[in-house]
Amino acid sequence: MEYTPPPFFKRGPSLLTRLSFFAVLSLVLLYADARFHYMESMRKVVAVVLYPLQQLADMPGTLTSRVSSFFVTQASLQRDNERLSRDNFLSSGMLQTQQALIEENRHLRELLDMRERAEQSSVGAEVLYFGRDPFSRKVIVDKGSAQGIEEGAAVVDDTGLIGQVSRAFPWTAEISLITDREQVVPVQIVRNGLRAVVFGIGYDGALDLRFMPVNADIENGDVLVTSGIDGVYPAGLPVAVVSNIERNAAYPFAKITCTPTAGVNKHKQVLVLSRLAPLPEYPAEGETPKAARPRAKAKKAG
Amino acid sequence: MMRLGSFATDEILLPVKPAYIGLTLLAALMLNLLPLTGWVLSVRPDFVALALLYWAIHQPRKIGFLPAWLMGLAMDVADGSLFGQHALAYSAMMFAGIALHRRVSMFDLRHQLLHVVAILLMMQLIVLGVRQAAGGELPGWWFFLPSVTGALLWPLTHVVFTAPLRPRHDPDDV
Repeated sequence: MEYTPPPFFKRGPSLLTRLSFFAVLSLVLLYADARFHYMESMRKVVAVVLYPLQQLADMPGTLTSRVSSFFVTQASLQRDNERLSRDNFLSSGMLQTQQALIEENRHLRELLDMRERAEQSSVGAEVLYFGRDPFSRKVIVDKGSAQGIEEGAAVVDDTGLIGQVSRAFPWTAEISLITDREQVVPVQIVRNGLRAVVFGIGYDGALDLRFMPVNADIENGDVLVTSGIDGVYPAGLPVAVVSNIERNAAYPFAKITCTPTAGVNKHKQVLVLSRLAPLPEYPAEGETPKAARPRAKAKKAG
Repeated sequence: MMRLGSFATDEILLPVKPAYIGLTLLAALMLNLLPLTGWVLSVRPDFVALALLYWAIHQPRKIGFLPAWLMGLAMDVADGSLFGQHALAYSAMMFAGIALHRRVSMFDLRHQLLHVVAILLMMQLIVLGVRQAAGGELPGWWFFLPSVTGALLWPLTHVVFTAPLRPRHDPDDV
């Protein structure tokens, strides 16, 4: 039998014991989070504790932007003002016709006895910082579940869709941009109504339109909008413009690259739309469509 | 003034208080939370890991696994990664740091750097392993850049962390 003399000093459990204890604890957390998503409430608690630190870390940035915005020139203000009033004039004209169109649409839908599209409310939010993992495309905004932001809600800017709320904390929310590798958006081509799915590829300024046959009717410059069949993204939000098509007969699918219409990585202000009313259950066997599931999507495309 | 090349082990420093360690860890966490973008983000060292490793090597009795584990949880929430990913990696890093602390402190700062880069790389490998196990895609080689920049900051960490611990010179003393 191995004999070790009694230790001179009390030093507690050995290093290896302590390591295994904490390693097992972490593994349990990992398993619970990855498999069962049990950890979301605990994550929220830690997020609340971290919130003041985040605000403090953001302070230099916000201070400099405030100071620099204080010293804008008269000329740039005038230019902005002119542009804004021109835009406002144009959009008010469009709004008037839109009012009439909404009314007409509602009337027609009533006549056809179709489901009414719910009015959407929205919350304006400001991007606090970009996700710390440079390999995923995520941003954190300064509004959370306290301001009515829900997980799964679509996020837009003034020119189109930029992403989806993936986690809502009490005062902040995490948005997965459409350029994130794990983000998938069901879209429709405006020109001919062809349905497809757009995948993020993890780079800024590029999206992948997958699973389109080589002979699909797609041209450069085609505009893609959300199709709305997923029950997550409202229909008709501009998503991307087709920028490059490679048709190679050796492969079953064409390689189609698109450019997002929205300034996915540029804007500071974003608009978080409220969630849509849930769609009726998928009638047949199998699963109901969900937006955040690439594999379920892939089968549906085409 | 201490030269950077040689590690002044003979230097007599004030005793380290636990509150001071806590303060440095908090400062490191804040540096990690800085809103950065673009290439700065991909070369940004993991300041929390660096601070934890520094104290594990220099004050192994005063820092244990618990602070490292809690810091790991905080980083998981800030990163939006799987809960426990950084906690596991930091715990393993603390083990390596505490187990090797006698060996590492025998070397001067330049050679310590080689130990540090190895330990930080191991830490990142664990993070990568968990990501892969959870079904993430393989990032490029520059995933490991933060370890290299972190190790390059090791001498600076030493200077900054020991600065408040140097005894003040008494002006009356000639």
